[in-house]
Amino acid sequence: MFTNRRAFLRTAALATAAITTAALAACGSDDGGDTTTPVTADQVQAALDKGGSITVWAWEPTLKQVVTSFEAKYPKVKVNLVNAGTGNDQYTALQNAIAAGSGVPDVAQVEYYALPQFALGKSLTDLAAFGAGELDGTFTPGPWSSVKTGGGTFGLPMDSGPMALFYNKEVFDKHQIAVPTTWDEYAAAAKKLHAADPKAYITNDTGDAGFTTSLIWQAGGKPFAVDGTNVKINLADEGSAKFAGTWQKLISDKLLAPVGSWSDGWYKGLGDGSIATLVIGAWMPANLESGVPGAKGKWRVAPMPQWTAGANAAAENGGSSLAIPKAGANNALGYAFLKYATAGEGVKIRVDNGAFPATTAELKSAEFLGKEFPYFGGQKANEVFAKSAADVVPGWSYLPFQVYANSIFNDTVGQAYVTDKPLTDGLKAWQEASAKYGKDQGFTVG
Amino acid sequence: MTVLAPPTISRTGQAAPRPPRRRRSWTGWAFVGPFMAVFAFVFVAPIAYALYLSVFRTRLIGGTSFVGLENYQQAFTDPQFWSATWRVTLFLLVQVPIMLFLALLVALAIDSGRLYGKAFFRVAVFMPYAVPAVVATLMWGFMYGSRFGLIGNINDALGVMLPDPLSPDLVLASIGNIVTWEFVGYNMLIFYSALQVVPKSLYEAAELDGASQLQVIRSIKIPAIKGALLIATIFSIIGSFQLFNEPSILQSLAPNAITTYFTPNMYAYSLSFSGQQYNYSATVAIVMGVLTMIVAYAVQLRGTRKDR
Repeated sequence: MFTNRRAFLRTAALATAAITTAALAACGSDDGGDTTTPVTADQVQAALDKGGSITVWAWEPTLKQVVTSFEAKYPKVKVNLVNAGTGNDQYTALQNAIAAGSGVPDVAQVEYYALPQFALGKSLTDLAAFGAGELDGTFTPGPWSSVKTGGGTFGLPMDSGPMALFYNKEVFDKHQIAVPTTWDEYAAAAKKLHAADPKAYITNDTGDAGFTTSLIWQAGGKPFAVDGTNVKINLADEGSAKFAGTWQKLISDKLLAPVGSWSDGWYKGLGDGSIATLVIGAWMPANLESGVPGAKGKWRVAPMPQWTAGANAAAENGGSSLAIPKAGANNALGYAFLKYATAGEGVKIRVDNGAFPATTAELKSAEFLGKEFPYFGGQKANEVFAKSAADVVPGWSYLPFQVYANSIFNDTVGQAYVTDKPLTDGLKAWQEASAKYGKDQGFTVG
Repeated sequence: MTVLAPPTISRTGQAAPRPPRRRRSWTGWAFVGPFMAVFAFVFVAPIAYALYLSVFRTRLIGGTSFVGLENYQQAFTDPQFWSATWRVTLFLLVQVPIMLFLALLVALAIDSGRLYGKAFFRVAVFMPYAVPAVVATLMWGFMYGSRFGLIGNINDALGVMLPDPLSPDLVLASIGNIVTWEFVGYNMLIFYSALQVVPKSLYEAAELDGASQLQVIRSIKIPAIKGALLIATIFSIIGSFQLFNEPSILQSLAPNAITTYFTPNMYAYSLSFSGQQYNYSATVAIVMGVLTMIVAYAVQLRGTRKDR
């Protein structure tokens, strides 16, 4: 058991080092004040001409091709694309690196929900200093408003995630199940499918904060209200109750595959038909193509099932920006890459490889909308996604400490998946634990 | 430490009986200095810094403020902290006796001299200790999988439905199984080496007196390795209280069964790395450290008292 102790000591030492440097860094930045000096386009160009190497932390698959073309265009620049984990894993690593003041990437992928927390912690560069304000109008309103948080522009939208129903047509045809248009139909389809094939599930879910909040969003719930440092949390509002009602049935009847998203088992299930649908963001096609190449041609896309029959409501799921951590070594070069990937030539490369853009021009172009996806049997999937983007229910907001809240989701709501505890109790526990953290952190929580 | 008082007679030229009166020699410090510097830097400083951290509180809104012992008050009334502590205590009470008993059994078997292929068994039982805990846990994690893992395969092949080792009720036992697998060999080696130094003449005497093997074990071997048993117990207590690697890695496979406050160390980890509550995390670490010390010391006191 020495290993345990060593590991812990190492962690403790790391934490200690992290805290020391954080304290020192804090002292350092006090001297210089908090204003960021503007960086002109010329300076960015000069950095490009001079060359150098930058590190990018991202898990978005199409960035690989963007890096290749960026390096081809600017041969003096070397871009190290690192997958430091998906979502929370990466944020933990990023927070550690920022706190330690070393190993901080020059550019990092940060989902919209996580941006306020990093901005609040003064970990990110305000891109207004680079003239990001000029890009107003380049991006669709939802993502653009998401990156303009806390009085700055802390990232540029890379993609957006209007949700859709991805389903394995082969499985649906085999068991003669109609594609569900409402959540009630979805629950019925789940039952029918699992009865027909005990190894097949309508979808996987082991408790996923992002998915849950998106479904509450679609149902019209507004559980988080933020006004400066005043925060209101109500995970028992009407939208949350609608979600809990339907999802409780799926959990109680054991109709959800107990497989974590992004695990090996998940990819396997998506490939062999044992996970028949995914209700997920429009950035998914690129992940399917790279992660589940074997199921090419079997999958299709349909609008999200509705809470009210005949309605047209959608929600965003995930969607990321690229941001520049303050502690990154080469901010100017970082911005050059960031702009190239989100608003420059990189956008087309990413779209061509299956990503879903957040830029107005691409979203409206006939070429984009008319693109046929061989993975989806030639379906023009972007039409479905673009429609969903337009139908996103307005007025949603995340907590300014959503990263932490999501990290304790499985402690609270997750219990409903493995015990007899009802989902509503789990949501209530999540609300209480999040409120407690908010209060501890100095927010006024109502 | 003769270095401390070098002979000075020749230099002063005086007669020996007069006690040498000279300034205190710092030579000794020069020898212990490197150690003291490293000790202060890697041992004292982090603890002092953790203590320092534990009396402050940093918030997202409002910055850092001095809070005295409030963090400690909070820790003592924190249900999550105590549930984590209770969990590792339970682990300690069940897993450690099983592991040490198995280790003792194997050590006695190998020492008995009646085992064929003794060297092979010694190495084979010790081998898991050479596997890094991370790798071992991943490996067991795959076996525990009730859909794609070994458990899943057994279920499919035999048409049975084995209980899920990663369910909330069983996950602690599953972790205990991994830890036992990892550390039986290590403890066995401690016991075995202690057994090696028992004088053979005692066994011969016992044989002449007509003692059975069981009597030899009870009256000679176990009393002789009492010290080793005590050491192994203390190591295991510390290890149990500091349980981290195994649950932390299994968490991705069983996110709902293994909470972020599953063990005190995991709690400290998530407080500091997910919640950025470094101050409270330091407090939890200190409280847990003191608790571990108290328990280990109590066991040691009891163990040495019995010796007399």
